[in-house]
Amino acid sequence: MEFTLNSKTVRYEGNPLTRLVDFLREDMNLTGTKEGCGEGECGACSVLRNGKLVTSCLIPMGALAGDDIVTIEGLRETEQGKCLISAFADAGAVQCGFCIPAMVMAAQALLLADSDPDEEAVRLAISGNICRCTGYDLIVDAILLAAKRGKGLW
Amino acid sequence: MTRIDDRIQRVDAVEKASGEARYLCDLSFDDMLYARFVRSAVARGKIVSIDVPPLPEGYYFFTADDIPPEGKNSLVMIAGDWRCFASGDVRYVGETIGILCGRSRAVLKAIEESIKITYEEQEAAITIDDALAVKGGPILEKDDIHCSLVSEKGGDVDEILSRADRVIEETVETGFQEHVHLETNAALCTIEDGKYTFYISCQCPFYVRKSVAGLLGLRPEDIRVRQTTTGGAFGGKEHFPDVLAGPLLVAEYHLKKPVKLVFDREEDMLYSVKRHPSKVVFRTGLDSDGKILASDINVYYNCGAYLSSSYVVLQRGVFHANGVYNFPATRIHGYGMATNTFPSDAFRGFGAPQTLFAIETHLNHIARELGADPVEYKKQYFLKQGDETVTQGHIVEKVVLNEMLDQVASKSDYWRKAAEYTPGCGKGIGMSFYNHGGAFTGNGEQAIIKAHLRLVKDGDSFTILCGQTEMGQGFRTILRKIVASVLETDMDKVAYDNPDTDCVPDSGPTAASRSTMIVGRLAEQAAMQMKDHLNEEHWEVETEYEHPEGHPWDQSTFKGDAYLGYGWGCCCVEVEADRLTNEIRVTGIWSSHDIGKAIDELIVHGQVNGGIIQSLGYAAMEKMENRNGHFRQSSMSDYVIPTSMDFPRQEWGLVDNPYEWGPFGAKGMGELVFNGADAAYTDAVERAMGIKINRIPVPVEDLEGLR
Repeated sequence: MEFTLNSKTVRYEGNPLTRLVDFLREDMNLTGTKEGCGEGECGACSVLRNGKLVTSCLIPMGALAGDDIVTIEGLRETEQGKCLISAFADAGAVQCGFCIPAMVMAAQALLLADSDPDEEAVRLAISGNICRCTGYDLIVDAILLAAKRGKGLW
Repeated sequence: MTRIDDRIQRVDAVEKASGEARYLCDLSFDDMLYARFVRSAVARGKIVSIDVPPLPEGYYFFTADDIPPEGKNSLVMIAGDWRCFASGDVRYVGETIGILCGRSRAVLKAIEESIKITYEEQEAAITIDDALAVKGGPILEKDDIHCSLVSEKGGDVDEILSRADRVIEETVETGFQEHVHLETNAALCTIEDGKYTFYISCQCPFYVRKSVAGLLGLRPEDIRVRQTTTGGAFGGKEHFPDVLAGPLLVAEYHLKKPVKLVFDREEDMLYSVKRHPSKVVFRTGLDSDGKILASDINVYYNCGAYLSSSYVVLQRGVFHANGVYNFPATRIHGYGMATNTFPSDAFRGFGAPQTLFAIETHLNHIARELGADPVEYKKQYFLKQGDETVTQGHIVEKVVLNEMLDQVASKSDYWRKAAEYTPGCGKGIGMSFYNHGGAFTGNGEQAIIKAHLRLVKDGDSFTILCGQTEMGQGFRTILRKIVASVLETDMDKVAYDNPDTDCVPDSGPTAASRSTMIVGRLAEQAAMQMKDHLNEEHWEVETEYEHPEGHPWDQSTFKGDAYLGYGWGCCCVEVEADRLTNEIRVTGIWSSHDIGKAIDELIVHGQVNGGIIQSLGYAAMEKMENRNGHFRQSSMSDYVIPTSMDFPRQEWGLVDNPYEWGPFGAKGMGELVFNGADAAYTDAVERAMGIKINRIPVPVEDLEGLR
């Protein structure tokens, strides 16, 4: 079975029931994707699957044939990723940081679908990603800042 | 050159946002084993037998019997009563009985499920009322009271109440709260250079080594503790990491291989410390004009099975029990109750939020009974500089609560709305006032902690050495900013890494809102001394905490100046209630805080936002129930914490009120911002729905019962 991971083709012949999050973290050492709850509730393991935000703790490897998966390690190398990460840093959106790589992924999924979102759209887009530190306002600011600074990138 | 008022990027923001920061769960060592705890399934009982199936090769199981003869089965927190392993009996559900180690986590889980433990179960005490009734017989020697204290000021409270025009009696209760730091508890133990070494997600590396050294008959300095990037803590990683570290150390003694333990979310929800549930009983005497003459307050905290740090939590609860108010006479009794629940421990606010919620609620109810606006009624009792406190000390600093009230009232349009929104009209607005004593109580900073910090110069770069940890609150940035500002250099010339107990002096725990106020001050002083040596290639300076003179404290009677600097807060919440579904929509949140001076406004903004949302979750959403010692909420789908959609954008403000002994005038703020939004929320909901709330949490499904 083959799929694309951060723009590279990956051939996978392991257990089809292995969770994507374990494959990423343990087999590929892509530890930017975090496991926060293991049941799809907290969003800390979010990655992009064919441009849409998914929780990698709920996806078995066997379901990935032909898919395009992007993790924070892939996104951070792109202009869009750099724009998002610097906006998060400048807006003060990062505290303990454990939820943040996935928040960046959620922001990317939003901006791919809507490059000029309003605050309500941003709040909705990150509503599946739990943050215990920030109270969200500064994360919302960061995403609005990225959309403004990165006009034309999405 | 970095200046203190510059808007800067946090030093750890980019590495965290890009996924490059390594948390404990991201670390992997050669030949590493995983660990899993085997825990008690009953709240109280004797262990009759532990049947362990034959273990596959390379798998191990350790219990209290594997502690070497020179060691003691005790985790030394503030008290030493919490056992590393249950032995003979169990005292709460989830008590560690043994630790399994081996290469595969799936195999460890299967082994854990196949271990059969037989108990002779006894009746358990779960609630404060159970403990008061000594249900199931005394947990301790003769009763279920772990600890108690009394604070009083003014005249004879009983005598005053006996001649009061009327006495208002009321009980206010709060529930468990789970920290839900997004990174679960995690630790790894190994041997490096012949020394037991921990990598651990924690707030207080020096606590860890002190707590566990005795298990092997070692001295704290025989153990090295290296804090790893910590994904949230909120008090949940103040003492609790010791509970992971102890069994790991015993395993390491036998295995001599890296052993890693990462709780999954269910373990972290069910088997970790929580905020103390509380019950506060008031008897408040009024004169014929409705003025308060005296208040008699009984405070009960559910401490769980072990005392651990609860006495100190209770003390803070008692010292904050009359809130930001000055009554002619107050008497507060505090009782820390022993129950068969998971031991309660530190959680942002450390005992203050419970009593602050209680006094706000109580005063709101008295005001409403008198037909007065609660804010109008409460503000006549605001503490002022020089006023006597409940510990018979004094408020040392200038108090600017009236200014804060004006700021918040004008932004929120409180007075107009409060007059307009009649009880039960579907709209409500509420306001709370609160404070938080910064740093350790009384002379604890000098008598107990004696913080040290070292600053080293090499060429044109500087290194800060101290034990304070970054857990998300921004301290790595704050401390570097303080030093760089004093030295008039760039922040990137000042290094400050996650602490390693073998390399840094002990500057005390990262707790009690003391890091900026106390350790930040040590850094400021060190940098000021460094300024005279900038032409030297290499120079070092070590600073030590000195308590300001003229502020006595007696730790045996709890009398004197309990805190030299308080943070002060005012929060206003506006809601709309759906009369059909009881659904509450928060439509506005405004706050003002006095934190002395903000070292970094953006970091403070994040703390204010996050603290207020955590407090609103505590009041409105986060229900953690306990039945027969078992927590009923075991996941993030049944214990629901706020999302980005639950509350609107906040408006916030600060007042400038520099603190004499803090760096650049700063004092503590991390806990303060948790201490009051809960009461503002319930006040608003009460007004919107025309109901009375005496217990939090009040999730929407509980509101119907109050109508």
